[in-house]
Amino acid sequence: MGNEFYPLFYSFHFYLFGLIAVASALLFVTRKSPVAAAMWLVNVMFCLAALYVLLDAQFIGAIQVLVYAGAIMVVFLFVVMLLNLGHPSEMSDIRGNAGRLTAGLVGLALLAEVMVLGRAEFPAQLTLAAAQASQRIDGPGGVIGPIAAPLFKQHLLAFELTSMLLLTAIVGAVVIGKKRTPDAR
Amino acid sequence: MPPLDPMQLEPSTWVFILATVVKMLAIFTIYMVGVAYTTLAERKISAWIQDRHGPNRVGPWGMFQVLADGVKNIMKEETMPGDVNKALFILAPALAFVPALIAWAVIPFGAPLPTPWGKIDLVVADLPIGFLFTLAITSIGVYGIVLAGWASNNKYALLGGLRSSAQMVSYEIAMGMSTVCVLLMAGNVSLNEIVMQQATMGWNALLLSIAAFLFLVAAFAETNRVPFDLPEAESELIAGYHSEYSAMKFSMFPISEYANMITASAMFVTLFLGGWDIPFTQWDNTGPATVMKALLTTMLFAAKVLFFVFFYIWVRWTLPRFRYDQLMSLGWKLMLPVALAYIVVVASALLALDAAGVSRTGWAFKGALMGLNFVLLGVLFFILDRGRLISPAYSRLERERVARLRSVAQSRATLAPGEIRS
Repeated sequence: MGNEFYPLFYSFHFYLFGLIAVASALLFVTRKSPVAAAMWLVNVMFCLAALYVLLDAQFIGAIQVLVYAGAIMVVFLFVVMLLNLGHPSEMSDIRGNAGRLTAGLVGLALLAEVMVLGRAEFPAQLTLAAAQASQRIDGPGGVIGPIAAPLFKQHLLAFELTSMLLLTAIVGAVVIGKKRTPDAR
Repeated sequence: MPPLDPMQLEPSTWVFILATVVKMLAIFTIYMVGVAYTTLAERKISAWIQDRHGPNRVGPWGMFQVLADGVKNIMKEETMPGDVNKALFILAPALAFVPALIAWAVIPFGAPLPTPWGKIDLVVADLPIGFLFTLAITSIGVYGIVLAGWASNNKYALLGGLRSSAQMVSYEIAMGMSTVCVLLMAGNVSLNEIVMQQATMGWNALLLSIAAFLFLVAAFAETNRVPFDLPEAESELIAGYHSEYSAMKFSMFPISEYANMITASAMFVTLFLGGWDIPFTQWDNTGPATVMKALLTTMLFAAKVLFFVFFYIWVRWTLPRFRYDQLMSLGWKLMLPVALAYIVVVASALLALDAAGVSRTGWAFKGALMGLNFVLLGVLFFILDRGRLISPAYSRLERERVARLRSVAQSRATLAPGEIRS
């Protein structure tokens, strides 16, 4: 099943999830209660996962929900609840009109960049070859094969270096956490 | 070429959609009735274990107790405590229940059913990422509990919510790692492929015993069942995250607990006990599909799931609850390293057996893996463990600390009544 068979089905769901994602993202940045904001961000993650699935990238979609919505946002919520930031009406991240103006300008600049990139012609070495882009999910390894093979063959060194970077971050976090309470067991 | 039998072909799009709707309705109905009767089974089995009668007033053997409970919960007053976050307070019970229900969509529960309109797969949605889908969806279940704890505006509820988020994130990692071995064996993440692999190579519970054990323990923690029910530990937190809930909103939490239990049992059966595969025979998964095959495999799948639901209840009324630090050290210091080491062992064993040219379907392959697992289980339980896992009532202490505790206990024992030692 691909885009070519059910164009109406695909475009309907693309706009549906796209609209929900944009609306949730707006609600995420405008809510003052941090927990409510976090829940809207989870909703954005879900919609992005749905868009990935529409692009035939089921693996990325599932990992999006599993890692971002299921693990990272739970830890965010955990920290927000522990900190208990006080009553929502007393808090604001952007203080004063200068902050609002800067944020608005940066937002406009990013929007303009997206518009330009959407119309740009990319050099051939930056885009996927047609053969690679049309790899089907019914090959060896199912849906994971097309992702795993380049990751563990062409880009193995970069992949392992990334994992070393993450490991360093974890060790650093443990060291910092230990330093504060030297006698804690 | 013989004429094609229409009963063995893929159905047309409309038949597929109609069949999916019928399957959804059937699964939902059976699942909800199953959840309701699991609550009754829990009360009956706990009564049996404790030598009591259990509910026996409403209908024969208390069969209609679940209906009476349902009516009672709907008729009760819904209380809304002051200063709660209303939207999240109402959303939380639903968020706790829905993921367990959605996860059922990808679990295959029987051999394909032939109908005059085509061959119908007995799974609601045969996703190519089936297994990852269930992991992703069950990882959402924690939101229900965390938000219930936070939105209640109650310290005990908040502590329950915090405990659950820490616990479920920790055990999710061990659970994911323990299933990597299953994926190594099957070479695919589609649940149907995993079932077919076990049908030809033997059940993963025997070939990957340690992974099966880790998954089972992590599943208990993920469903917040005893011995890991710390989010609602009633002796410490009143009722934990659902202290402030009443009537049907409260009822959603026990319902979601039993729903999660059934889903976790079904996942264990699919990943490690061959799913709907009938053991010791290839009759059920070769040749054309028949109604008899579909019926028998579905019944066997149900029997396997029900056994694990019984196992959950059995464990609940047998084991005491963990202490919180024991829970965390079990998850991070024992289960995660064991799961990681086991991935390396299984990957090396598979590589070695493939390099030696041993056929994956032959008895030599199964025998080698089963022998390896037998040895590793012995090492894990009797040499590495030494009372940490099998008897969870205490954890390992350093010798000096034990001596210090003993001396305190002895000095207290020798005090005269009324005497106070500084």
